[in-house]
Amino acid sequence: MSALAHARAAYAFTPSPCGGLRTTLLGVDVILRASGALWIEPARMLVVADLHLEKGSSFAMRGQMLPPYDTRDTLARLAAEVAATAPQAVVLLGDTFHDRSSEARLAEDDAQRLRDLAGLTRLIWVIGNHDADGPKALPGEVADELTIAGLTLRHEPQAGLQPGEVAGHLHPCARVTSSRGSVRRRCFVTDGERMVVPAFGAYAGGLSIRDQAFAGFFSRDPLCGALGADRVHAVGWRSVAGD
Amino acid sequence: MADAAATLPDLLPERFAAWFENRGWSPRAHQLDMVAKAREGRDALLIAPTGGGKTLAGFLPSLIELSERPPPNTPQGIHTLYISPLKALAVDVERNLMAPILQMGLPIVAESRTGDTGQARKQRQRVKPPDILLTTPEQLALFCAWEGARLYFENLKCVIVDEIHAIHASKRGDLLALDLARLQLFAPGLRRVGLSATVDDPDVIRRWLACAPPANQVVPQRAARFGGGGSSPLRDETEGAEALESESKSPSVGFADSSPSGGASGSPRPEDAIDLVRGPAGAAPIVDMLLSEGRVPWAGHTAQHAMAEVYETIKTAKTALVFVNTRFQAEFAFQELWRLNDDNLPIALHHGSLAAEQRRKVEAAMARGELKAVVCTSTLDLGIDWGDVDLVIQLASPKGASRMVQRIGRANHRLDEPSRALFVPANRFEMLECQAAREAIAENRFDGDPARVGALDVLAQHIMGCACSEPFDLLALYDEVCRAGPYRDLSWEDFEQVVDFVSTGGYALKTYDRFRRIVKGQDGLWRVRNPQTAQRHRLNVGAILSPAMLAVRIAMGKSLRGGRKVGEVEEGMLEMLDPGDTFVFAGQVWSLVAVTGMEVLVRPATHKDPKMPSWGGSKFALSTFLAKRVRELMFDQEHWKVLPTDVREWLEIQRDRSLIPKDEEMLLETFPRGKRHFMVVYPFEGRLAHTTLAMLLTRRLERLGAEPLGFVCNDYAMAVWAQQPLDGLDFDELFDQDMLGDDLESWLAESFMMKRAFKGCAIISGLIERRFPGEEKTGRQITFSTDLIYDVLRRHQPDHLLLRCARDDAATGLIDVARLGLMLARIKGRIRHAALDHLSPFSVPILLEIGKERSPGQTGERILAEAEGDLIAEALA
Repeated sequence: MSALAHARAAYAFTPSPCGGLRTTLLGVDVILRASGALWIEPARMLVVADLHLEKGSSFAMRGQMLPPYDTRDTLARLAAEVAATAPQAVVLLGDTFHDRSSEARLAEDDAQRLRDLAGLTRLIWVIGNHDADGPKALPGEVADELTIAGLTLRHEPQAGLQPGEVAGHLHPCARVTSSRGSVRRRCFVTDGERMVVPAFGAYAGGLSIRDQAFAGFFSRDPLCGALGADRVHAVGWRSVAGD
Repeated sequence: MADAAATLPDLLPERFAAWFENRGWSPRAHQLDMVAKAREGRDALLIAPTGGGKTLAGFLPSLIELSERPPPNTPQGIHTLYISPLKALAVDVERNLMAPILQMGLPIVAESRTGDTGQARKQRQRVKPPDILLTTPEQLALFCAWEGARLYFENLKCVIVDEIHAIHASKRGDLLALDLARLQLFAPGLRRVGLSATVDDPDVIRRWLACAPPANQVVPQRAARFGGGGSSPLRDETEGAEALESESKSPSVGFADSSPSGGASGSPRPEDAIDLVRGPAGAAPIVDMLLSEGRVPWAGHTAQHAMAEVYETIKTAKTALVFVNTRFQAEFAFQELWRLNDDNLPIALHHGSLAAEQRRKVEAAMARGELKAVVCTSTLDLGIDWGDVDLVIQLASPKGASRMVQRIGRANHRLDEPSRALFVPANRFEMLECQAAREAIAENRFDGDPARVGALDVLAQHIMGCACSEPFDLLALYDEVCRAGPYRDLSWEDFEQVVDFVSTGGYALKTYDRFRRIVKGQDGLWRVRNPQTAQRHRLNVGAILSPAMLAVRIAMGKSLRGGRKVGEVEEGMLEMLDPGDTFVFAGQVWSLVAVTGMEVLVRPATHKDPKMPSWGGSKFALSTFLAKRVRELMFDQEHWKVLPTDVREWLEIQRDRSLIPKDEEMLLETFPRGKRHFMVVYPFEGRLAHTTLAMLLTRRLERLGAEPLGFVCNDYAMAVWAQQPLDGLDFDELFDQDMLGDDLESWLAESFMMKRAFKGCAIISGLIERRFPGEEKTGRQITFSTDLIYDVLRRHQPDHLLLRCARDDAATGLIDVARLGLMLARIKGRIRHAALDHLSPFSVPILLEIGKERSPGQTGERILAEAEGDLIAEALA
């Protein structure tokens, strides 16, 4: 690819109402959305994982003054997804808060954004390892895990093959290389039976799907949906490099 | 000279005069001059070529002072602090300094302290400081962030900054200038001495070195605080003292330039605070050019064609330094030379990616005179004194005249004998460049670094360091900072903004006030919040930004543990390689086993045919000065006589088939080739500026519906191609300066170069730590990239201090907008369009780059070789 074509892929804008990838998960229709949210069609449900709200202030407490805009950035993107899809429910798939005191550190207008969201749709908090207690003051239902349309939604993927599982926790990322260089992107990873969804939080880092942590999860080479600027790119397992 | 000789008895104590005499030397005028300056208490900048006894000239006054000092009852603290930009140089100077100290039996302790110095020695140096401490800017910054700094330096009499020319125009220079201002506060009587190689404009360095009172601002708050007058008591005192000294200064000594103080206007210039001392001009170097069988290749970067002759030349030298511009070129040249090395000559390799231990070994062998040649990069540009080097070979183009003079100076440290150097151009444009550099060197003309404005991310780091050392008053610190050359024009508003950044991150959203890193106490002074914060700051001091380095280790066993460390490579360098691929590193061929986290695991390769033998291109941009000279040389047909026949013919065919632009003009060629239509321009402004130009230009071409398909750049030219002919465009409009407006802004916002610049600023300013703590997910590495931070910050606070810093950095460095702007202004109304039927001789090298960018491997070389033959035949048809 020429330098220009490369640049064009990154900069040219081809607006599309939804740049997502449609696929099935254990026979259930789902859409991998470019935002990193998963749409479960039969339940009209929007699933987002690992928001890590207030990660910025968590670092600031320890003396690293990261920009304090991560929470509102994440919530604004979530609100845009809700506006675009009008879901019957939003599932926050765990690690919604970065640490146990995150909720207390929320700026008032950010807290209000979450309350507004709960006013628009059913808000379901699945518990994660960073926020094991669930929300203290914010509205919404709290669950350890959730079964929807035959799919099991939980924070941390269970070892071995788990047909029907949708999980987060691992922050999957894929490095895709070509002769022109390489890009590293958040991604969905699925073998059609289970799925790990990318982290949605603005400051959430990523773990290569070539990492040992993903070993034994899939019955065959999984397919990866790498998040692009406005669409999801389907990437074969062999095109994914290690970190 | 007569004057200098007359003052000899006064200036040199008996012991020193005798020492000179015993060695069969007589002190040089500039050495005595430096002693005289010290006696007068004047700050001085010594400019002298290599081999002029510059280091001794710098230290002589201190040695004399220390030798005349009565035996101390109590430890006196450091008398002289020597700062070198290179660790190795600090160690080397320590060694050289011991000779006069031991030979004269002086009661002086001189010790070095660098990042490599052991903890025990560092501890001892704190408790029992040596008389002379030789160290680096980073170590000084660490000292200045230490609680004991003030006491430690209160008796400091002299600070010597060596190789100033190599450091002043950088962020390290900013940091060093700030630390010098701090030292001046601890020891107001401190004398500043600068040592520099020959530069184009010494006043730039004098301004950097000067501790002059800030010229500009009257801060309302300050006026209130000091009861009007707008100036601090400290400042009045300094000004008075200087005025007095300038008047009473005797202009009679040696080579000293008498600096006119102020002139008719009456306002003293900052550089006047530094007296200029010039060493004698050395013998002019003999610079030859190697033309392999009288031919110069059309394209290429490695000079592989001439390697046999390079090897033969090395044989004739006592010791040769073979300079190249990149680490890859170093590896490549080393490999090639050893392939030819039937005589088993001791030829070694030295570059920044090799393990430190390995570099030290090479340096030691070099010092012992055991090596025939060393292939090296800019790591050996600066002053380690190796008397036995008698030849410098520059493979591929020098990119700048000053760097070349510096490199040539590595050969032969005796002033009266000329240094010998050999240029080996790798292609025809480089040949022109080498010729232009030769002429510039012969005329003693150099490319100068423009003065820079101190970076605010560096200031942030310094302010945090100050707070870690001792509580500070905001106004006093502002005054202090403005005494550092690069920050002389710092506005109070910017200063306040930086302090706010250091304290809370400087965000419009004020949610971090309770987490302040520095806090204002009841006494009105600012101090670091707690010892942990100070400790973390000290781990992150310094303004050197190396790209993340991966350790290269030999893979052990099946579990892929990392064994012995071979060296380090920059992150991203091996991106194009897959496991099993082979590459050259540290002079050997390795096979890539795996990349795990921060380690690259390798095994020695069984076959010796590496996939990635080298990588073209230079990290140095062609200097503006040299570019201009190349353009002049090209335009002046009389001048072509000095060029080799094939290069001259190349120019003549270019003249006949296309055209040769006048100096200030820019040539623009359009021609079809294959199914494509090309536009090639030749601005000669360096690869970075050309790449930026290409990015902006292709956006414009797209808007015009010209459908550009691709572009390629090198140091001399840029080519764009499209499906449609491009010759009908309005080129003046296309290259109008307004492309630096909105087009630039919108491109920059998304540019990975902005992200890279931002990362640098975030690390230097302390926003993030060098070793960013990843998420604590048991043993797995989750990389949290600064790109995430950049994206969020850009969306929510686009005017944030760090984004401003990043934009400034990118504009001068990574994308070189500054230079592009000057170029667009230069060529305005001066674009010469040549509409051609087919490609021109000039366009061959750049078109050959197209293939190169795609295939770096051996197959690529073969494809290239074939393509080259076709292209040349076509150009000459």
